[in-house]
Amino acid sequence: MSSVQIRDVRKSFGNFEVLHGVTIPIEDGQFVVLVGPSGCGKSTLLRMLAGLENITSGTISIGDRVVNNVQPKERDIAMVFQNYALYPHMTVADNMGFSLKLRNAGSDEINKRVKRAAEILALSPLLDRYPRQLSGGQRQRVAMGRAIVRDPQVFLFDEPLSNLDAKLRVAMRTEIKELHQRLKTTTVYVTHDQIEAMTMADKIVVMHDGIVEQMGTPLELYDKPENQFVAGFIGSPAMNFLKGHVRVNGVATFEGPNGVKLPLKTAPAASDGRPAVYGVRPEHFTIADDGAEAEIIVVEPTGSETQVFAKLGGEQVVAVFRERHQFNPGDKVRLKPDPSLVHLFDDATGKRMNA
Amino acid sequence: MADVAIPRAKPQLSEDNAWTQLKHNRNWLGFWFMVPAMAFLIFFLAYPLGLGIWLSFTDTRIGRVGHFVATENYEWLWDDSIFWLSVFNTLLYTFVASALKFAIGLYLALLLNENMPFKAMLRAMVLIPFIVPTVLSALAFWWIFDSQFSIISWSLKHLGLINQNINFLGDTTWARICVIFANIWRGVPFVAITLLAGLQTVSPSLYEAATLDGATRWQNFRYITYPLLTPIIAVVMTFSVLFTFTDFQLIWAMTRGGPVNATHLMATLSYQRAIIAGQLGEGAAISSAMIPFLLAAIMVSWFGLQRRKWQQGESND
Repeated sequence: MSSVQIRDVRKSFGNFEVLHGVTIPIEDGQFVVLVGPSGCGKSTLLRMLAGLENITSGTISIGDRVVNNVQPKERDIAMVFQNYALYPHMTVADNMGFSLKLRNAGSDEINKRVKRAAEILALSPLLDRYPRQLSGGQRQRVAMGRAIVRDPQVFLFDEPLSNLDAKLRVAMRTEIKELHQRLKTTTVYVTHDQIEAMTMADKIVVMHDGIVEQMGTPLELYDKPENQFVAGFIGSPAMNFLKGHVRVNGVATFEGPNGVKLPLKTAPAASDGRPAVYGVRPEHFTIADDGAEAEIIVVEPTGSETQVFAKLGGEQVVAVFRERHQFNPGDKVRLKPDPSLVHLFDDATGKRMNA
Repeated sequence: MADVAIPRAKPQLSEDNAWTQLKHNRNWLGFWFMVPAMAFLIFFLAYPLGLGIWLSFTDTRIGRVGHFVATENYEWLWDDSIFWLSVFNTLLYTFVASALKFAIGLYLALLLNENMPFKAMLRAMVLIPFIVPTVLSALAFWWIFDSQFSIISWSLKHLGLINQNINFLGDTTWARICVIFANIWRGVPFVAITLLAGLQTVSPSLYEAATLDGATRWQNFRYITYPLLTPIIAVVMTFSVLFTFTDFQLIWAMTRGGPVNATHLMATLSYQRAIIAGQLGEGAAISSAMIPFLLAAIMVSWFGLQRRKWQQGESND
């Protein structure tokens, strides 16, 4: 196990720069999730960490050692690929023991370590099978087994769950998290799925267009997104954004589209009349008499909660209620955002304005 | 208006007659779709093969209907040293040429699978020997190996390495080397391009995984590329062996089996005896004698090609 330091790392393909100076400190034993939309450079960064891509500038160190010019096999890292990359002509046991075989470990040693990994992952009855004979979830576990057999400094996961069906994905998510709690190996995990990031990470790194938008614990990112991109990316259903202006005449309010008045706890200093974006999460709406009037368009009950799509000041918003209100399309309701949980972003820069 | 009885079609609820039933029978229809291919195979493959085998048991000559002579032709061949020489030549030719075609073809395929400038053009160029008609390339080699005008002899003389022309096609050893060389030159593209196609089906992430597992380039080849390529190698080499074993054009255009029968293959000897000398029965016997060898080659690949355990797509969950 060791820490990983990514310092001002850049990557260009020809004249095209895909990573514009990324700095990410990763502590020993941490589970870090790199999340972002496709094309944000997260997989490239992971591959640079693995040594499969060159580093254009900046440094990556694992432990105390700068690994920019260290061969992949000497970096002591293990990677789980999106398509698992299992060797089709080798049995599960051979797949898992391959790295040890290449290092000329004795067959007793290989057997012992493969067995132990197989026990951890409940693969023991499958050791003699070939990858073709396994289900998606089993293949995924073999890929993880291949990684843990090596007992590396760092685990790298490249979208490992995206080839699984929804139910299996949830189960494997828990399994990977449990594995990390047990082995405590430093882990870097790449995904485009913010739910995976939220549920698994000790630290989330939100990336977008080759830069880091924000780093922090899942709840920090949820509670205090630093900019509109992070606010919109984290949380499901996504945060509602309403454009308008801050008004401060005695009480701070937000004047939304078509003059809708929305509550603010406090206004940032000298912000009267400033164009801004008002952000409110669907779960932070309540029905209240002093709320803003909205017309219900679609109601989607999921059992545990109800998602309501409504027009607020002419803009579509989504609200989520755990209580079972009787809503029908066309109904007028008064939606009130919780002022203490409202986010305010600068209209031009997208930066967070309120504390 | 007078009522006009409109003649109505009788509802056809009666049992379909046999012909209608047959028209809707999928197997019957399927049979007719198969007929053209079947006819082709029967007339151009099965019939000549059967006729050839039949002729080998007769004393047919050109212009004379033969009589059944049982295995007399084969008994003659058994004591014919030229026939045995041609068997030896064919085996030598097939073995050496196929082995070298495989080695060179695999090397080229690996090379062409690398990222390099002008990749598409290089791949196209490799195919050139394959697309030139055999007889044309044989004629070119004939000139290259000519006893008087050989460019090789000329070059070596000008370099001061030899004083006299090498008698490429007039010396038994040299002639064998030359025809094998020409065969390899022609056969390598087929092997190389097919193996290249096989190489491209190997997922790059397997190499990445192996690299992270600590494999060197040689180990990548030894443990990943080679085992994954074996099914394709089996197919390519089977075809290569069959084509080489039955080769005729190249030899006939370059040496006609000479000198002193040193390059006579079974196919050329059969042609010489059957067509040139007119002994159809004997020629057919030589041709038929190739069948056991070809069957053996096919058997080897049959067992080599049996789906390996890791290729079986059974799912037990």
